[in-house]
Amino acid sequence: MYDIIIIGAGPAGLTAAIYARRASKSVLVLEALSYGGQIINTPDIENYPVAAHISGFEFANKVYEQAQALGAEFVFEKAVEILDSGTEKTVVTTDNSYTCKAVIIATGSENRKLGLPEEEALVGRGVSYCATCDGAFYRNKTVAVVGGGNTALEDALYLADLAETVYLIHRRDAFRGDEATVNALKQRENVKFIYNSTVTKLNADKRLTSIEVTDKNGEVSTIELNGLFVAVGRIPENQNFAKLIKLDEAGYVSAGEDCITNVPGIYAAGDNRTKNVRQLVTAAADGAVAATEAVKYIASL
Amino acid sequence: MNITEVTKETFENEVLKSDKPVIADFNADWCGPCQMLKPTIDQLASERDDVKFVSINIDEQDDLAYEYNVSSIPCLVVFKDGKEVKRSVGLKPKPEIIKLIP
Repeated sequence: MYDIIIIGAGPAGLTAAIYARRASKSVLVLEALSYGGQIINTPDIENYPVAAHISGFEFANKVYEQAQALGAEFVFEKAVEILDSGTEKTVVTTDNSYTCKAVIIATGSENRKLGLPEEEALVGRGVSYCATCDGAFYRNKTVAVVGGGNTALEDALYLADLAETVYLIHRRDAFRGDEATVNALKQRENVKFIYNSTVTKLNADKRLTSIEVTDKNGEVSTIELNGLFVAVGRIPENQNFAKLIKLDEAGYVSAGEDCITNVPGIYAAGDNRTKNVRQLVTAAADGAVAATEAVKYIASL
Repeated sequence: MNITEVTKETFENEVLKSDKPVIADFNADWCGPCQMLKPTIDQLASERDDVKFVSINIDEQDDLAYEYNVSSIPCLVVFKDGKEVKRSVGLKPKPEIIKLIP
């Protein structure tokens, strides 16, 4: 039996592993895909204290090596359920099950999709969820960004430097994101705003060729383009634990800054928790808090 | 095992005319998920001799990326007898990549 099982090897989970190991607890980290989490998509991190410039890939490697050197164990399996029998918890994965005293859920979030039937088949053939990852393919081409939050605005601004034309499609007539970014976009001649509209169809011939946009009056228009960047938010990856753990309306774990969930001995850390600021540094902070709470809980058993 | 870097000039011989099925890994130096995927590809390349792995740098070989409709990386395109038979976009765990081998 492990002291602590951490689900997810992103910045929150890896930081939790570091803190738990430094408190001499045995630690198993379960990861479905690869350590690092979504930060590996970021080419240059400029807002993490001490590191003025570091790539997400390098950051992930360093934290992973640090956790491993401290003695955290890693198993690459997807956790599908947590069973709670009071002082003993079982984490079931696709291949095995592991027991422990405390669990930290640090599963992060994934991109929200538009939900159009052709969407999945066109990922990598014109549909993208990451402008900094895939923007380079659209140099001097025509692209559209869907969404109204900061990610959509920043994506549009990033793409405006590369692409010939950037359409920014938003279902409302005002943006939720920062006014400064909106103003910066309005200065760009190659950015065209399409308000009160949603993308209703993707047309493709081997790759995306055009999209159909429907406005609030039901009027349909077609936009010829090469790429569509979807930035309509993220979905926390908590569905597998919803039976046991209390989630908020949007699916995030209902836990305060102390990372404590409704189940004693189970904690939530990082982007999958209800919080206002989802940043690398707050994910790491959650990892430290959750691990410290878990250590305290184990001492009380 | 070394993974052969393929260019527009060598693509036909290395990929289309290969006796074995080929998994072409479209990638770039600046792409974090591509770097994450690399150790898995290296491992599979040394474990499996029924398939050939090649690497294509999309910054240097943008014509190939365009020709094969690659617009998101990492992208693994599987070729058999000179034809694309499967592809996988994004970082995937090893078992998923094994499933791509024809």
